Amino acid sequence: MTEVTTSSNPLRDALDRRLPRIAGPSGLVIFGVTGDLSRKKLMPAIYDLANRGLLPPGFSLVGFARRDWEHEDFAQVVHDAVKEHARTPFREEVWAQLAEGFRFIPGDFGDDDAFDTLRTTINELDKARGTGGNFAFYLSVPPKFFPLVVEQLKKHGLSKGPGDSWRRAVIEKPFGHDLKSAQELNRVVHEVFSPDQVFRIDHYLGKETVQNILALRFANTMFEPLWNRSYVDHVQITMAEDIGIGGRAGYYDGIGAARDVIQNHLLQLLALTAMEEPGSFHPKALVAEKLKVLGAVQLPDDLGAYTVRGQYAHAWQGGEEVLGYLEEEGINPDSKTDTYAAIKLTINNRRWAGVPFYLRTGKRLGRRVTEIAVVFKRAPYLPFESGATEELGQNALVIRVQPDEGVTVRFGSKVPGTSMEVRDVTMDFAYGESFTESSPEAYERLILDVLLGDANLFPRHQEVELSWNILDPIEAYWAAHGKPAQYSAGTWGPAEADEMLARDGRSWRRP
Amino acid sequence: MKIDLTDTTSSRINSALVEGRRVIGAPAIGMVLTLVIVTDEGSAYDAMRAASDASREHPSRILAVIKRPGRTPRDRARTRLDAEVLVGSDAGAGETVLLRLHGELVNHAESVVLPLLLPDAPVVVWWPADAPDNPAGHPLGCLGQRRITDAAAAEDPVAALGLRAASYTPGDTDLAWTRITPWRSTLAAALDQKHSAITSAVVEGEEYNPSAELLALWLADRLRVPVERTVSDGPGLTAVRLRTADGVICLDRPDGALAELAMPGQPDRHVALKRRETAELIAEELRRLDPDEIYKSAVQFGVERITAGARSATEQQPSQPQPELEPESEPVRKRAAPAKKSSGSAAQSKAENTK
Repeated sequence: MTEVTTSSNPLRDALDRRLPRIAGPSGLVIFGVTGDLSRKKLMPAIYDLANRGLLPPGFSLVGFARRDWEHEDFAQVVHDAVKEHARTPFREEVWAQLAEGFRFIPGDFGDDDAFDTLRTTINELDKARGTGGNFAFYLSVPPKFFPLVVEQLKKHGLSKGPGDSWRRAVIEKPFGHDLKSAQELNRVVHEVFSPDQVFRIDHYLGKETVQNILALRFANTMFEPLWNRSYVDHVQITMAEDIGIGGRAGYYDGIGAARDVIQNHLLQLLALTAMEEPGSFHPKALVAEKLKVLGAVQLPDDLGAYTVRGQYAHAWQGGEEVLGYLEEEGINPDSKTDTYAAIKLTINNRRWAGVPFYLRTGKRLGRRVTEIAVVFKRAPYLPFESGATEELGQNALVIRVQPDEGVTVRFGSKVPGTSMEVRDVTMDFAYGESFTESSPEAYERLILDVLLGDANLFPRHQEVELSWNILDPIEAYWAAHGKPAQYSAGTWGPAEADEMLARDGRSWRRP
Repeated sequence: MKIDLTDTTSSRINSALVEGRRVIGAPAIGMVLTLVIVTDEGSAYDAMRAASDASREHPSRILAVIKRPGRTPRDRARTRLDAEVLVGSDAGAGETVLLRLHGELVNHAESVVLPLLLPDAPVVVWWPADAPDNPAGHPLGCLGQRRITDAAAAEDPVAALGLRAASYTPGDTDLAWTRITPWRSTLAAALDQKHSAITSAVVEGEEYNPSAELLALWLADRLRVPVERTVSDGPGLTAVRLRTADGVICLDRPDGALAELAMPGQPDRHVALKRRETAELIAEELRRLDPDEIYKSAVQFGVERITAGARSATEQQPSQPQPELEPESEPVRKRAAPAKKSSGSAAQSKAENTK
């Protein structure tokens, strides 16, 4: 027998589907480990992965932050975060396995000594835990620190591992604030890490429902024949939040809803909804289709008529009196930042020509919801008496991304009785009903994919740049013309947004 | 909500299910499969609890077939069907029907079950104990796409594995196999890393633990090296050792919860390998309903081709390796028997176990 390598592991077999994909020996370094995201999402996700047996033995977690902590203090913080936020039950033996691999490095991002310590820690972990030099660096820090951190990683020889081991960089949005800054950011990161080792987290893509868009479209026969301009009237993609900007004034002001949400989440959802069938689920094939469709996106000629931005105004929302955006602490009362944005896009290809895609997002809207509604054309002829179909709307297929993940189909049905009367009914598929009561958190899936090196659920830098290409002209138009419309907090956005659809003879769905 | 029906029929049970759903205000729910549990009154309670826990992950209609043939000839002559219908919060996530079959009806359980299966959804049949020798040939078993047995619940677990191998039909599976998934995935992950060729293996576990035999069978089948089965005090499986030229890859779990993985040239690492509850095992089984080819291959490898080792505990009786079998007596397999040259290495491994 010859030396066994990964590809010829005799214990693995494609038919053996019980065996989960376990990441190889590796570790994760989190910069900005004291932040909210790290405590509420990353640490619990790592524990949940360990609990499901998906992390390699010896997996190590290194925290890096400006705190005067020992390894034990760090372990305690992780412990508390896991107890509070983890999805799966707390089990001592899993914790014991995990906690042995915790290390903490105090220091500033500019601190050379701290990065030296990081390097010795990584070497020590390779020896003591067998991590094999494979490390992912999770930059859970504000984007202005990205250049400094990657520069430091390079300077201290951390961006390249020994032998054939890997080093990966994980970055969170925002990926720049326009095309130019995004390109600059990509340049900085790619100087140190090769493009296929950079993982951009868009946590929406880790959600089961978003992955299900591909299953729904390409694993079934009954939807795809309708998925084109012959049957689809228009598509509405909504991401609404009921909260305000909270304490994020410093980050949010000057960025706004369109940059914060449309550029990444909504355009990704649009790409997945509208793209052609990829040849395979290989990352390259998938990204090629997404790039094609994003490249075919066309802005409306009249940006004034077909884009709307708004700001939430002081009002009562859900039984509470809430401040308007301009009254929020830390916000310039003259701010022109949008907390609501709605735009109309079309896609120039055979499948979608003439079908508008309406994208909207906002803060302090009616409720927290993200959904994709594919609204179908009306039946070309209705053989019923006039009046019988008065209450019949357009057929629709709604993918509920969150909360209450699932799919709803709306169609007409006869109302029981002696007369022929047709009314809308809905048919519902809820994830929570047919599958596990708690599907894995997006971050669990994404962290595992980073460790496995599977790039399918991460936007590539070309996608990011194409998205900015779409948004930049709109932002430029907004900067030069007028100011955001005001809408009462707790409603579904400004009247201008309704007018925008009314002009096309359509209306927004109430999600 | 609970509806009791005495001396009833399947069609009345069906009406009760519809009625129950309407009362709780959920006219249709997304149940994904029907789980038929064939059991006696003794193991019914535990099995129902496990199934209803598992139904949180896989909302299902659970049909418990409880046989009560009766003790006296008079009892046996009286045929009766009693049912307890549970819908809503009483039934986990789904619906549960407990069917109590009296008298002659015991032999015609399939007539009761067939009308109660969910339309168009897969059927899984589970025998928590007393599985038939040929599950697929059983009148209830042939209703299911998947048949779950548990060799560990048999009087002679190792012999039960022989029966499973002989009667294997696509869709069969055994909880003794489900129990070793975490072991198998940890071992596979260990071998994902660079190591030198494996020359032989040892699986150590409690006596009467068919999971240890199955793990040994799987290793022998996949690695094509001699595999020895030794006995320890448990709990359950306690260790697997894969011998290589550079040393031993050892996965050792003395306490049934936290294991230690040792690989030559690498630091020892801890791995959580907790023994799992029945509910978790059933949930894993329900996750995939396609035939498990790997299980088939492992169980049909032939228990008799695993070398039986001595107790690995304190006192060592140097036992003779089992006589080798003629190739004709093996199950249908074309592969050359790798267990042939086991005598030498088995003795060697015993020496190591005593260390």
